[in-house]
Formats: sequence, structure tokens, C-alpha cells
Amino acid sequence: MDIAVLLRAVPDPVEELELNDDETDLDRDYLGYVLNEFDDHALEEALLLKEDTGGSVTAYAIGTSDEVEQILVTAIAKGADAAVKLGDDLGVLDAHAQSEIFAAALGERSHQAILCGVQASDEIDGQVAMLLSARLGHPHVSVVVATSVTDAGLSVTKEYWAGITATYDVRLPAVLGIQAARQAPRYVAVSRIRQAQDSGALSEVDTVAPASSSGVTITAIRIPESGAGAEMISGDETAAAEQIVALLQAAGVGGAP
Amino acid sequence: MSGAILVVTEHLGGQFTDATFELLALANGLATSTGAEVEAALVGADVAGMTTQLGAAGRVLLIEDPALESFNPHGHACVVAGLVADREPGIVLVPYTSTGMDMASHIASRSDLPLVSYCQSIDASAGLAATCQLYAGKIEADVSVDGDRAVFAVLSGAAAAADGRRDGSPTVESVTVEVPGGTSFTGQVEPEAGDVDITVQDVLLVVGRGIESEDNIEEVAELAEALGGAVAASRPVVDQGWLPKTRQVGKSGLTVKPKVYLALGVSGAPEHVEGMRDSSTIIAVNTDPQAPIFGVAHHGWVGDLFDLVPELADLLEGS
Repeated sequence: MDIAVLLRAVPDPVEELELNDDETDLDRDYLGYVLNEFDDHALEEALLLKEDTGGSVTAYAIGTSDEVEQILVTAIAKGADAAVKLGDDLGVLDAHAQSEIFAAALGERSHQAILCGVQASDEIDGQVAMLLSARLGHPHVSVVVATSVTDAGLSVTKEYWAGITATYDVRLPAVLGIQAARQAPRYVAVSRIRQAQDSGALSEVDTVAPASSSGVTITAIRIPESGAGAEMISGDETAAAEQIVALLQAAGVGGAP
Repeated sequence: MSGAILVVTEHLGGQFTDATFELLALANGLATSTGAEVEAALVGADVAGMTTQLGAAGRVLLIEDPALESFNPHGHACVVAGLVADREPGIVLVPYTSTGMDMASHIASRSDLPLVSYCQSIDASAGLAATCQLYAGKIEADVSVDGDRAVFAVLSGAAAAADGRRDGSPTVESVTVEVPGGTSFTGQVEPEAGDVDITVQDVLLVVGRGIESEDNIEEVAELAEALGGAVAASRPVVDQGWLPKTRQVGKSGLTVKPKVYLALGVSGAPEHVEGMRDSSTIIAVNTDPQAPIFGVAHHGWVGDLFDLVPELADLLEGS
């Protein structure tokens, strides 16, 4: 099975975020980007599918930041057969623009399964995976937590809520929004990443940012007031532990006051 | 704004979800400011009997087909997209849930409408505007929408479900559609029982991404046990396979309301908060002073959980 996986760089979720001067976007000058965690799971699921069936995995990413090349090289090191960087230095793109670029790139190929993380933390104008399936006219399932190959295509498991899941037969080609892979994403040694760098498996395709608009404009952003309703505990860990134990006891748990 | 306000309902096992009633409540608020009619799209097979639960809608658009008996990702998305293309509602409200995520983008694409995702509030009094949560709740954004029609994928908690849960007899209009193939339902799996039930615990110690490794969970689990409670987790921890799914709190996991909810290294993404915000006492510990968990917590400490947990263990051992 020829599988495509779409990878996106997003602001590191553990970094402290700062706003730009006119407070309409993040201050991106010193912002670090990492692979979107759901895309990491999509890559893992793609590699597992390939291990199940043979075939190939091609990783695609749009050149939105410097980290994208490293993300693609890491995908090769983990087992992707090829990686394609779409454009260079394109800057911040919304989900509509990303889905347009991916649709143009994938439309020329014949991947049977297109896997992408179910969401990314900056998708204010819709989910790339599902926008893409609408553009390509392919069947889709989102919030996928497992896939397996059947005679007719794929069987996928979708998560509803409260641990309830449902299974679906999916006709190919299809787009899957991956919530979690069957197993945790694999690690790869730095030495393998260095090898992948020289493998020649990474190519670049000239791409320009689309001119079309999603129709949604951010007019202002802000950092929600932290602890707006919370009483903040001050002091070191010893003081904090004492206060937390007092709170536990006041709530009737953790022993008598 | 032109046209009706259409709520895309969600149901499982013959029951509407809370998300459905939250959207109906939100729609009624918007109807007050715009004068538009509230309609509800009900998609399934043999579901006409459920329309009386949708008293908060003036009209129910009923789509019934055997292929839509259980939620069908591509099928539901395409038939609702067709309905929207045909009837041209002004505002389409889709829950930002597992089923809604399959539908919102298709609805918007098919009618070439703007889509506002991660939406927590909508203002339709002059043009269309909304407030959204980005970067896992670390940023709040105001957005404006081009034109006078749009689709909104709405986060849980945008309105109170109780305000939208009304029996009644809305006008029911059956709509005939063709259901495309592509995805077909083959079965539903309930979660395995047998593990600790985190929904009945008085105290939960909940670990998030900040726990860093599977080995670090043991110390927290021991502390939870000493308190007569249990250890639970946010999604990243479960996705790593460090704790079973039965321990997951949040949108794709379980909803909990313990007496004390102690969050250790949990950032507090909207999907997580949805499953714990009604806990009696919420205490949050995080190294990041911007962590959105502090927005929902009653008490917070900015610091390292690895410094705190041994101190807590010592104190509780001594008591």
C-alpha cells in the first residue's frame, strides 16, 4: 500500500508564548517549532501499516519554518521511504492554505491512504485532514486510533468518547485523521537521523503560498488571565505541600485534620 | 446574517449528547440577537421518535436512511453538507467532538463557507465574530468572519446543556438524500471494565505531559493510594501507553467530579478541562505560569511536581 503522511510544524506546546506588538499573532521571532504531536502518531500508524502490508510511506511537509527539514529527515530515519518538502520559507499558513498545498501535491500522486494528525493547536479555520478530504473528494474518518488492512481497503477504529470506539470499513483512497497510533511513536537514534540526512530520500517541490482566503481573520489575541479564579499558593515546595495537605484534609481526604 | 441557525445534533444509543443541548442553548441565544429561526439536523435511521427531545429547536430537519443508523463519518458529513448547501442557513453549529470533527470541514467546503474552529463564543449582533481557543488553550483569539454566513465548530462548555434540554413538538420536515459510500459502520466497542473506576474516586492525582516518563508515575500512584484515591492522566500520557485508556480524563476519555482533583504537570487543554471542570476542589501544579489549567483551578502552585510529590509523601506519611 502506498501511504502518504502529512507532517506539520507547530509552536512547541511547552514553550511560553508571547504576543507580537499589535497583538494579532504570536511573536514568532524566537519561537521554537516541533512536529505536531498528532502528526507524530500519524507517522507511527503509517509505518505500522507499511509493516503490515508492505508498500511505501512518503512523508510530506510544507516549508513553513526552519524545523520542517529536520522533521522530514527524522521521518526518513524512522522508516519513511521518501520525504517531500513543499516550498521553502512560506511562513505561517492557515489550515485552508495548507490543505490547498497538500491537495495540489497529492493530486499528482496515487497514494491509497493519506494519514494526518486529527488536529493541530493552531487550526482556527478547520482541520487540515478533513479540509483535504473534502478537496480531494476522498472518503474520510477522523479521530482514528487504529488501522488494519482488509480485502476491500482498510478497517479503522474511531474513538467516540468515554472509551467507546467504533470500527468502519473504508474504501480507498481515503484520508484518515489520526488521534493516536496503535502504539506510542517510536524513538530514533541521532546516528540514524544523521544517516537519513545523507540518504537522498528528501526532495523539495517548488510551492507558493495560495492567494485565497479562509474568510476567517484573527483581530486580536491574548493570553487568558492565568489563575483568574485560582488562589495561587506562594512559597517553595515545602510550603506548597503543607497547603495542599491542608486543602486535602479540608475536603475530607488524606487523613484527619 | 441571513438564514436560519442550524444545529447539527449528535446522538449515540438513542440519546442526544450534552454537546447537542449546549449547541441548542447557544443557538437560542443567537436567535434572540438575530431573530433567526433555530433548526436542528437529525440524522439516523428510525430516529423520528427522538424529535420531541429537541423542543429547543423550532424545526427539525430529519434525514433517515439505513446506512446512517450508526454514525457514518463520510456519509453523515456528505448528507449534512448537502442539507446546508440546499437550505443555506446563516449559522451552522457543529460540536467540536469526535463526530463533529468528521462533519464541520465538509459542510464548510461544500458550500464554500468560512469555518471557525475551537470556537467558544459567537457574536452575531453586527456581522459574525467569535472567540476561539488556540494553542491548547494557551491563547484566546477574537476572529471576524467575512460575509454573513459561516460554520462554527464549537468547544464543549460554550453554553449550558440544561438551557437547551427541552421536550417539545418542533415542526418536523423530512429530507430525502442520497448517502454516498466510502465508509461503513462495522461495530461498536465499549471500554473494557476491570481497572480502577476513576469516576467514583474521592481524590484523583492526575498526571500530564509534565510527568515526562512512565517510570515517574509510580511515585504519584503510591501517593494517590496513600490518599485513598487513584492516579489518572491526560491524553498525552495515555497515548504514550504509560497508563491505560480507563485512566484518561477528558473529551476522548472520562468525565470525573472528585472531591479533590490534583493536576500534576497537566497543561489544561480545552479537551482535558471538559472532563474535569466540575470537580469540587481543583488544585493545579505546573512549571508554566501560563498553563491554562490555572484558569480552571481553585488553587494553584507554579513549580516542579518532582519537588512537590516527595514533600507531599513525607507529610502524609507523618500525619
